[in-house]
Amino acid sequence: MRFLALFIIFLLFPWESGFSQISNARRSGYDFMSRETRAMQDDDGANPGTLGVLDGEALWKKKEGAAEKACADCHGDATKSMKGVAARYPAVAPDKKSPVNIEQRINACRVDHQRAEPLPYESRDLLALTAYVGQQSRGMPITISGNDQTKRFVEAGREAFMRRQGQINLSCKQCHDDNPGKHLAGSVIPQAHPTGYPIYRLEWQSLGSLQRRLRNCLSGMRTEVPELGSPELVELELYLMWRARGMKVETPAVRP
Amino acid sequence: MARAIIRMPAQAKRGEIIEIRTLASHPMETGFRRTERGATIPRDIITHFVCTYNGTEIFSAELYPAIAANPFITFPTVATESGTIEFRWSGDNGYAVTESLKITVV
Repeated sequence: MRFLALFIIFLLFPWESGFSQISNARRSGYDFMSRETRAMQDDDGANPGTLGVLDGEALWKKKEGAAEKACADCHGDATKSMKGVAARYPAVAPDKKSPVNIEQRINACRVDHQRAEPLPYESRDLLALTAYVGQQSRGMPITISGNDQTKRFVEAGREAFMRRQGQINLSCKQCHDDNPGKHLAGSVIPQAHPTGYPIYRLEWQSLGSLQRRLRNCLSGMRTEVPELGSPELVELELYLMWRARGMKVETPAVRP
Repeated sequence: MARAIIRMPAQAKRGEIIEIRTLASHPMETGFRRTERGATIPRDIITHFVCTYNGTEIFSAELYPAIAANPFITFPTVATESGTIEFRWSGDNGYAVTESLKITVV
């Protein structure tokens, strides 16, 4: 009788038994790394991303722009005020038009409240501030909500993820959903969960953003690579974060 | 920003072997790379690291272009007496960083 009940449950809910392996067995890029690289990430004294976090902490307290204000003058102690913030970005901006990522949010604050020039994408200072804000959410679950405001942007990102594109007619899905754990040349293909950005990538020898990573992949796929900060990339970021919701933030992560 | 992270015990027993771990913030530009226009990017590396324990040199290293960015140097020493352990990095373009930490030996 019990077997029959289980069988009926299986018929009703086939996804419970591993049909959707992606959502049931999601793994961070961390799990695909060598023991040595994992050790490097785990130890703040060895993780070079920590240097960026410390730079960010100094910038947080530095007065900037015509308003002569530091981030700390409005937001106070980042360890309290920024806790969990990076875990819910990209988010739809207060004007409710389109999503912004954390770098863009920092720059909006610089322009509106500090009355300073926005920091260039991938500049040392912007990465440092992003890493500092991101680290405050370390260990917390990613909490992107699929609410009505973000839904259509998540959908747009998903569409881009699934779409075959570029000269070799490849989609993100073909590697990251269909073949994670296998190798692309010498590198292991992860499941593309952006849990630790900005990351210290050993190949880059520096911190870098998720958009830099996405552009890397897109250029490998020989597509037309969107500019840093473009809506297409933010939507893709949003979809990937939504897809990784519930996974723990690792910022600043180390990746090979 | 010239910055370094040092991890070592603040207190140790006399004669105990302690581990000192240092991470210096530096791009370690090799001098072999070129820009998109073909101009050589000049070398910018840390060339020398030295650690002194109450003024006595206990460890030093010469660094070369093959060393990765943000050099991570770790070494053991014997805790002999209370005092100051000083760390100095120097390199191209006048790069010089000094940090010092106190150790109590009981």
